[in-house]
Formats: sequence, C-alpha cells, structure tokens
Amino acid sequence: MSAKEYRTTTAARGGLLTVSDAPQIAFGDRVLIRDHRGHRRNGQVIRSAADEVLIQVFEGTDDLDLENTWVRFLDQPMEIALSPELLGRIFNGLGEPRDGRPPILSTLHRPISGSAINPAARTYPREFIQTGISTIDGLNSLVRGQKLPIFTASGLPHNRLAAQIVRQAKLVDQESSFSIVFAAMGVSYSDAQFFQEAFSSSGVLGNVVMYLNQADDPPVERLALPRSALTAAEYLAFDLDRHVLVVLTDMTNYAEALREVSTAKGDVPSRKGYPGYLYSDLAEIYERSGRIRDRHGSITMVPVVSMPSDDITHPIPDLTGYITEGQIVLSRELHNQGIYPPVHISPSLSRLMKDGIGKDDTREDHPRVASQLYALYAKAQETRNLASIIGAEELSEQDRRYLEFADQFDRQFVAQEEDEDRSIIETLNLAWELLSMFPNAELTRVSETDLAKYHRSGD
Amino acid sequence: MSERNNHGTIRQINGPIITIHLPGVRNSEQVRIGELRLVGEVIALRGDEAIVQVYESTEGVRPGEPVETLGQPLSVELGPGLLGSIFDGVQRPLEALFARTGDHISRGITLPALNREREWHFLPAPELEVGMRLKPGQRLGSVQETERIEHHILLPPDRSGELLELAPAGEYTLERSIGRLRSADGTIHRLYLYHTWPVRTPRPYRRRDHSDEPLITGQRILDTFFPLVKGGKGAVPGPFGAGKTVVQQQVARWSNADIVIYVGCGERGNELVDVLETFPKLQDPYSGRKLMERTLLVANTSNMPVVAREASIYVGLTMAEYYRDQGYDVVMLADSTSRWAEALREVSGRLGQMPVEDGYPAYLASRLAAMYERAGRVITHNGESGSVTLIGAVSPPGGDFSEPVTAHTKEIIQTFWALSKELADARHYPSVDWVGSFSDHVTTVARWWHQEISPYWKRRREQALTLLARDAELSRIVNLVGPEALSSAQRWELEGAKLIKEGVLQQNALDPVDTFSSPQKQFLLLDMMLTIYDRGAALIHLGVPVQELRDLPVIARARRAKQTYDSSQSAELQAITREISDEFARIRMEYAKFQERAE
Repeated sequence: MSAKEYRTTTAARGGLLTVSDAPQIAFGDRVLIRDHRGHRRNGQVIRSAADEVLIQVFEGTDDLDLENTWVRFLDQPMEIALSPELLGRIFNGLGEPRDGRPPILSTLHRPISGSAINPAARTYPREFIQTGISTIDGLNSLVRGQKLPIFTASGLPHNRLAAQIVRQAKLVDQESSFSIVFAAMGVSYSDAQFFQEAFSSSGVLGNVVMYLNQADDPPVERLALPRSALTAAEYLAFDLDRHVLVVLTDMTNYAEALREVSTAKGDVPSRKGYPGYLYSDLAEIYERSGRIRDRHGSITMVPVVSMPSDDITHPIPDLTGYITEGQIVLSRELHNQGIYPPVHISPSLSRLMKDGIGKDDTREDHPRVASQLYALYAKAQETRNLASIIGAEELSEQDRRYLEFADQFDRQFVAQEEDEDRSIIETLNLAWELLSMFPNAELTRVSETDLAKYHRSGD
Repeated sequence: MSERNNHGTIRQINGPIITIHLPGVRNSEQVRIGELRLVGEVIALRGDEAIVQVYESTEGVRPGEPVETLGQPLSVELGPGLLGSIFDGVQRPLEALFARTGDHISRGITLPALNREREWHFLPAPELEVGMRLKPGQRLGSVQETERIEHHILLPPDRSGELLELAPAGEYTLERSIGRLRSADGTIHRLYLYHTWPVRTPRPYRRRDHSDEPLITGQRILDTFFPLVKGGKGAVPGPFGAGKTVVQQQVARWSNADIVIYVGCGERGNELVDVLETFPKLQDPYSGRKLMERTLLVANTSNMPVVAREASIYVGLTMAEYYRDQGYDVVMLADSTSRWAEALREVSGRLGQMPVEDGYPAYLASRLAAMYERAGRVITHNGESGSVTLIGAVSPPGGDFSEPVTAHTKEIIQTFWALSKELADARHYPSVDWVGSFSDHVTTVARWWHQEISPYWKRRREQALTLLARDAELSRIVNLVGPEALSSAQRWELEGAKLIKEGVLQQNALDPVDTFSSPQKQFLLLDMMLTIYDRGAALIHLGVPVQELRDLPVIARARRAKQTYDSSQSAELQAITREISDEFARIRMEYAKFQERAE
C-alpha cells in the first residue's frame, strides 16, 4: 500500500487527469484524488507508462486545478464490498451508499471489472419465466439466464413496462423468487422516483439493490455503475444461490458517457463518434448474465436501450442486438393508438425461446401458436399496407379478415392493463380465440392435433 | 543460433497493447508478460521498443514488470484429441481450464491443448521402413481418434530426412516418442503423435486442385439455389435477428463434410453452449455417429479479450488445414468475421495507425483476402485430396451491406448468402434473400446434380428463380394499383411464387422432418411446386379461374409435403406430384366437356 501522494498532475480535462513521474502504477488501479477544497474524488488508471499515468475521474474533472490536486494510488483494483445486506439498499456507481445509511461492512470485496465466464462452465438457459405480458410470454418468451433488452425511444412507456416485468416475473407454478438488481444510469429524478415508488408499493423493495446515477450526476461514474451492479448480481446469484433479475436503464446514457471519455482520450472514433470498442465494452456488461454449471442461481438481464431518433440501426441498439439474445421493440405507432404495452412484435425476437417453451415447460401447442400468430400478423401487415393504398373496400373478403385480425390482435392480445398479470395459459387461450377467426385450412403452422384440441370455430 | 537476450521490461500499458523494452525480439514472436505471465505476441518493432498485443486482460500490470520471449511465433498443437474439444482463441482447452480454475477464466494459465495422459492405439504406416527417406508431411501411421475419424499421424510439413526408428503398433501417449528422424543437416529429431505449427503460416501442400463437388448442407435454399463447393469460400451477412446463427448451426449440423470446425469469434456465450449441449446428442445423418465426434469448437466469446479474437480465426484455420492434410473435407465456420475485423481495428487504433473506412485500417482488405485464401481443395503431400471450406458470418452494422467488411468480403468469396431483415420479420426462415444472394458455382455443381439427381436440375432451378423475379415485379404493381389489375395468368404466377417460397424456400430448422432435406428431396419438392405451376398455367390459359385451382386440397398437401415426408420417402413425394398431374388432367377434361356443352 503506497501512502505517497503525488502532486504532479499535468493535465485535467474531459474527465481525465494526467499525472507525471508516478512510476510502476498498475493498469486498472483505483485512485483517490483530493481537490483544492479537500474533497475526495475517485479514479481509475486507464493508461500507465513509466513516466505518465492517465486517470479517469468518476466525479469528473470540473473545478480541478493542477497545483492543488493530490493523487494517491491505492494499489488495488476498483472493488465493492459484498454481503447479504446489499438488498434493500441504494448505492451510487462506485458502490457508495446513497440512502443516508452506513456503507456495507464486509471482508468480501470483489473487483467490479469481473472476468469472463468460461463458455465451458455455462449451461444453456431453458427455464421459462412468466412475465404476465402476452407479447413477451406468448411470442418472445424470456428464460432464466437470458439477456433480453427493451428497445425503446423517448416518450414511450419503457419504464412502466420494466416495472411491470419486475413486479410480475416468476416461474410458472411458483411465487416470485427473483432478487432484483436495478441499475439506473443518467435517469431523471422523476424516473428514479417512479421506480422507487413502484418497488415500494409492490412490496419488493427489500429484495432490490439499486445503483443510481441521475442525469445531473457525473457521467464518468456511469462507466463504473453497471459493473458494480453486476458484481453485486453475481454475488447474489452465484454465492447466495438466488435468481437475479437485472434491469439496466438506460444503456444509451452509458454508451454516451463512454463516447465522452473515449473522445477526451483521443481514441479513433468509428460510427457516430463512438469508439471502435463499443461492441466489446457492451459485451463485457451483457455477457455477465447467464447460468453456470452446478450453480443454483442465475442472472437474467433486461437492459433498456433508447433508440436515438427512433433509429434501430443506431450503433447502440444495433450493437446491443448483436450481443443480446433477442429484443423487445416498442412502437410509437402503437403507443399513439393508446395501446399499452406498445410491443411491436415483428422486429421483436427471443432467441432462447425455442428451448424454454412447449410440452414440458408451457403447453405443447405454444411454439406452433407463436409461429402461426407471427405468420398471420405479417400477412395482415401486408394487407394493411395494401388497404392504405387502394382502400379497404377494394379488398377481398379474405383480406378483410386479415385486417380484422390485426385490429383484434393489437387490441386484445398486445394491449393489457399495467396490473394485468396473465398466465401463459390465459395468453395461449387468448391466442386461440384470435386464431379461431380463420378456418382450419388457413392455419398451416399449427398441427392437426392442435386444431382439434383448441380451434373454436364451427368448421 | 546466436545468444539472444530473452528478458526485457514493460514500458507502457494501454489496454491490450503493451510496449516493452527488449532488444532483439522478432516480430510475431510469442512473449509472456509481467508477473502473471500473460500470453502475448509481438506485432511491431519501433527502435528499441516492441509493441505486444496481449490475449488476456492487462488489469493490474505495471510498467517495470518483466517480459520473456518464447522464441517462437503463436502456434497450435496438432494431433489426436482435438475432435470433440472446445478451445479458447489461443487453443487453451476450456474444459480442462474449467476443471483447473472454475467458472471464470483466470489469467496467465498455460495448459497444453492436447491431453498428455490419454493413450492412443498407434498403427505405423505399413509402407514405411527404417532407413527410408521421408518427405515433409508424410504419413507415419494412424490412430483411431473417434469411431468415425481415423487420424493420420503426419511428419511436420517442415521436416524431412531419414527414418531411423518407427515404433511398433501399441498404446502411446502424446509424450512418448514414436520414432526418430535424421534430417539433412544431421540433427536427430524425435517424432511424436503430435506436432506444432505456427497459426499465421498456411500449411503447405503439393498443389491446389479444383473443386467441383457440392457441399450438401441439407438446406434447400443453399444447396439448390446458391450452392457452395467443398473447398469453396462463402459468406453469410445479415443484420442481427436475421438468423445468421441458425444458418451456421444448420450447416455445422447437416453438411456432408468429414470435420466441422466452429469458431465463435466475439459472439454470444450461450450460443456456443447450445452447440456444446446439443451436438453430443445429435446424430450425423451421413454416418449415424454422434455429431460431436466430428466437431471441434473454438470459443472466444464477445466478453473475452479482444485481440484473442483476431488469433482465434487463424487457430481454427490451422486445425482445419491439418485435417485437410490428412485427406479430409473440412468445413470451417467463422462467426463472425466482423468481430475479427473489429479486433484488427481496435489494435490499429491503439497503435495510432491511420484509419481509412469507418476506422478500419488500410490492410483490412488484404488481411481478409489472405484469410479466405486459406480455403480450397488441395492435393496433399501424401497425394490425397482434401479440402477446407470457409464460411464466414458477417455482421454489418445496421444491416448495411455497403460497410467495409461486407463490401470487401463480397469481392473475395464465391457464394454469398445474404440474409434479409424483412424476410426474418415476416418469419420467413431461412431468411436468405434470393435477390441479393449469389453463387459462382452453379455451372460447376450442375454436373453433379445432373448425374446424381436429375438432368432437369438446372432448368428447374432457373425456372423457379424466374418465377420469383416475376413475383417481385408483379407485387410492385399490386402495391400500386391493387390485385384487380392483374390478369389471371399473372395472378397464377404470384401463386406459383408463393408455392416456391412456402413449399421449398422456407425450411423450419426446429422441425425434426423439415430440418434436413437430401438433394433428392430438394429436387422433388421443387419439381412438385413447378409441376403445379406449369399444369395450372396451361389450364388458366384455357380459362379455368385461379380461385378454383388455388383451393385444391392436393395443393395444400403439396405445401405441407416438406414437413410430412422425410428424405427417405421419395416415392411418397413422387406420388403427390403424380396425383397433381392426374388432378389437373381431370380438371382439364371436365373443363373441355363443360365448354363443349356450352357451345
């Protein structure tokens, strides 16, 4: 442990501090900084050479001067303290209390950077999680250990949807046993307030750990926040055998903070000024979810990702989509029609659905019903486009049935109340009510047995 | 070899790029970094400093720590025991690593890629005698690696000389010598069941050969419409969610290669686990053996160190070439080459090299071309024919195919399976877009199809593609003025295209029957749909309404035929086609009678 303080800062800008003549400093080490008022700031070494060290300052470099800034290298990586006492608490991105209560005391500390799970140590996620939301459970099922983001945009009700998932998520035939790790980066005061109230009113607060960085908190801290939160999640899941649901909101704020720091560092930008390593950096976060062989716990992740200007090809949602196992996409069009949750099923997808549903997990007809609904909805969308050009009167009777189906689907299947917790069986039965608008011959993706058992029309 | 200093010190750490002071170190040499002895490779020299890319996280490493060179470039071990294993990007065995260090990958661990304790039953090659002069790459003998694969033990391709001793048949571990060789300069080398080879040097062969045998993947749109040959180069570009992974996994499962090497380069951990958990249970449709017995995985998931991603592709390719040199047909899937290119970009960015397009370095195109060039069919040193087929997934940002990696790849490869977001959103799988995809091999493989399956293959294929092109054209008209504007013949063309799409192109990877189609079944289905179209077109010409034909029960059966009858049920498929002909002939007769009466 080096108690030596350095006063040899040579540059301070954009959240980065340069210190000269500080030899043999480890890459990634934690740093304490004392400014001219005597206030403490936290930092981390992001480049280390024999003659110069570059430090990322989590509280930012505003109001620092180069004469009266003292830097102490702690000779340890960025760590947080871990204990079962985490639950029910609120921290900042560095794991310091934000709820006015004392810090966590524990002998167990772990570095927040984590380390990659050995792919050979993973087990494939396959246990169905019922969220009570038809568009997710029925068509884009979530399984334990999956990372399934919500792609959204400003003004859409992603917070309400995330809160509903947190309230309702459970395994079929079981009461909720999820612990929640809630990581909020750059959210507004009112959003933070909304979640706190949502958790306390549904009585889950004692089962939630919150990591909170508000919009007016320093952006650099957002880089540490999801890592702290996931270190806590890993502890809860793999040390305490709990099933953990991690909500990260909003990953777009995180990526913007990363861009801010990388630009200041002088990294070569790739698309839209984001650094070339944005993909790897996001993957380090998202890939910390999953299941591990011989461990009871699991980490399921629901990141919220805003699509700037509603653009799904923007680098942040785009790279996220390449890492996560599917996505739930919210649509402004549905939202404007007053449909909640406005889940647009066409671009939504769950890659791990296939192994988590069907005979032993939900119901035997589930995979085929989902496929059938998708096929009909795709056809109905085509018909809608056609109708908007030539007018609905010109359509054949068959085509008009598709239009009717699409409307019913949006209003009955997609739309539900914020406190409406549909079981998967209710969801599937609702699907069959809609499928029963069509004669058997048009339902080519379900089997004869399904039709005999569930199809309700007379023919 | 002159005396060389093997030890130096670290000067700077910048993420995965470390600057060291070690005069005399060579480019491409392997080094061990710091107290933790992290694995690294020298990528540039600058004055008395060398730039090293490190394959592990450099957290906690300090300037001043020691560095040691190993005197050889990054190499892999080649020998029995590779198949069925999973390695990381620098060929560390992940199962053994799991047993040693637990759930998470610890740093600075070196474990041999191949199991040293396991015994193999070695059979010396009968044609060899002591005193013979051996050529590079010559076969020394064999061991049965899996029930299906006989592993040929080869002399390293850079060795030759007089055979001094060859062990008799028996049980040998990798550590026990199986012979001795005196090379031209008089040095005596011990021979083992394995040897090592540097990953960035393509393994030599006698000569290139041309490839004309199709790689059968059991996927209709791939085999029938956009074929790839054994030894060819293909690419699968697609935005996220278009089904790239499923296409690759289907090829890994069902292709008629001897060996499949799956390199997960910067992709999802859970996808590799899916392969790891399901392949041991799946059967190879050609040999009936477990699929894992012919499969080898290289896993560098997206959260594992970035620069090891760059190496992982070469590690995979070198192992692929090694099995090729034993006379096998190898398919290597690289998922995804975009992540590999991004690793290049990250390293070049940290070195301060001038970026050209989207931040990628200027050498992107040449590196890509050199990588794909390692695919091909060759005549090996032993006079056998072997091949490496390389299929690279490409993940274009925003699904934009004009971005540098996709654009450069397109210039190099011969088969392009373009995946489309629109098709995937409509749940048309596999979402291979017939407009954007291409294959340069159609004429080459036509010979095979005509000999083995049907002389009408090429004609039927072209007919289907024409129909699909007409469909696109007519759909545009419908979208402008509505379906009423079309003539009956045109509406029947739309029906024909729909039959091709639903009955042939769409294939359900999760359906036990539909997941694999033999070439025979592929052709029969195509022929069935086109028979409906042809016969129907003739009737429509006579004035039979489209509606009447469209709702025929036999057409509904034809549509479901792909999932009703498996590849062995050719007779049943042919029966449906006959039934269709009969049914249409009957309608024709009836219609003629009806017209007579009307007159």
